[in-house]
Amino acid sequence: MADATAKTEPLLTPTQDDDGAPFWEYATRGELRIQACTACGELRFPPRPCCPHCQSFDSDWRRMSGRGRIWSYVFPHPPLLPAYAEQAPYNAIIVELAEAPRIRLVGNLVAAPDAPLNSIPPERLRIGAKVQVVFAEVAGTVVPRWVLERS
Amino acid sequence: MASLKDATAIVGIGQTQFARQLVASEKELACRAIVAALDDAGIAPSEVDAFASYTMEETDEVEVAKAVGAGDVTFFSKVGYGGGGSCATVGHLASAIATGQASVGIAWRSRKRGSGPRPWKNTTVQLPTPAQWTRPFGLLRPADEIAMLARRHMHEYGTTRDHLFNVALACRNRANQNPAAMMYERPLTRDMYMTSRWISEPLCLFDNCLETDGALACVIVSAERARDCRRKPVYVHSVAQGLPAQHHGMVNYWTDDPLSGPAWTAARHLWKQADFGPQDVDVAQIYDAFTPLIPLSLEGYGFCDRGEGGAFTEGGALESGGRLPINTGGGGLSEAYVHGFNLINEGVKQLRGTSTAQVPDAETCLVTAGEGVPTSALLLRA
Repeated sequence: MADATAKTEPLLTPTQDDDGAPFWEYATRGELRIQACTACGELRFPPRPCCPHCQSFDSDWRRMSGRGRIWSYVFPHPPLLPAYAEQAPYNAIIVELAEAPRIRLVGNLVAAPDAPLNSIPPERLRIGAKVQVVFAEVAGTVVPRWVLERS
Repeated sequence: MASLKDATAIVGIGQTQFARQLVASEKELACRAIVAALDDAGIAPSEVDAFASYTMEETDEVEVAKAVGAGDVTFFSKVGYGGGGSCATVGHLASAIATGQASVGIAWRSRKRGSGPRPWKNTTVQLPTPAQWTRPFGLLRPADEIAMLARRHMHEYGTTRDHLFNVALACRNRANQNPAAMMYERPLTRDMYMTSRWISEPLCLFDNCLETDGALACVIVSAERARDCRRKPVYVHSVAQGLPAQHHGMVNYWTDDPLSGPAWTAARHLWKQADFGPQDVDVAQIYDAFTPLIPLSLEGYGFCDRGEGGAFTEGGALESGGRLPINTGGGGLSEAYVHGFNLINEGVKQLRGTSTAQVPDAETCLVTAGEGVPTSALLLRA
């Protein structure tokens, strides 16, 4: 039975930790930044306290072009958490970044920054498709999303 | 250097009924499986002095030890990463017994997954993965996480849904021979598979394991002691754990090579310690929470080359009489999903010659734990 007071649950927002917080802060400014070692320059993702290449604890956050390619994708179907079930089947994708293909981000391919997770027809997804980052606000947190790059 | 090779043996196995819903508590199920395993071995509970389990096990050693009447316990261990730890429990007990820390060890798993909640639904308790990088984007369940790797494997190597069906079918066919299996007398057809609902495309309903209430246990003693037990000993020939460099758990998307998972790391050590290789394995019990874990594991453990795991399944290779019969009790896909412990006990049954889908004269068996997460594996020999 419909409950007039029932509110739709929002999508999950990231449970941020100390290592990841800068990523989400830069996202709020519309910037895609990846942690880089100050000493040896290697990028690393997910962020962590120590560089696995040179063991330096000094890092900064390097701005990326926001261009990438789809590495893989899935279409989750219910049973899912309610907010996701409403949009299912939707896509979840992994993007490899153009300037650092071994840095891969999980995200969603959408028609526009604030469009639903199912706003792109499934047949338009393919591995290798070029994408560009955009940012959307979800329940007060800004998260990266991806749109197909215009060719 | 001391070796674990054949130094210990599994001498008792026990299990409860498997069902979608059982009345008994997880603790009671655990105790029933342990008591059954000790009875099978012919060893008194008071002689037990070691316990090993793996995470997501809710019954702890204090509870089961006092309930079943164990003696003073001098070794206990809990291995991390859920389904990746199943075989490591036997490995830890084998190490403890071989080095004199204990003499009779129990490994067990009790689970009410069929009637209990799905773990991924509890969003306040994050799974041990970098969840902030995946869950907000709707990658919510283990099925979604593994489907990503499956799609990539299909893209790189031409793996097909028919290959995944071959895996599901082999497990189901064996379960159809096993009266204890949840899918006993419930055949699977290609049409059923191809028309079933999606769970996380490219994975459908039959690419996913069962949800099961049930428990299992096994008893491990020294090879010397094993000769005096009630049943034919099944020797722990080689054991290994695997957590590859730069690994990220189930969402292993950030290594240089996400399709080479923990199986590869465990396999290198497993074979290094063994007197035989993949070509000498008579039967395998390969962790099958999801069908794509089988091709990935076949590659990791060296049964075929990289990328050939899908093609390996063709021509009935995984069926009885095939190149490598797998999951002869039905596995997690069709016997019971108890985080892979049924695979250990089924390996023991094969080497005793008592499986319901017996491989004639089986003398060697590979058992693996969950691929994708930090894992473990066992080589058993008759």
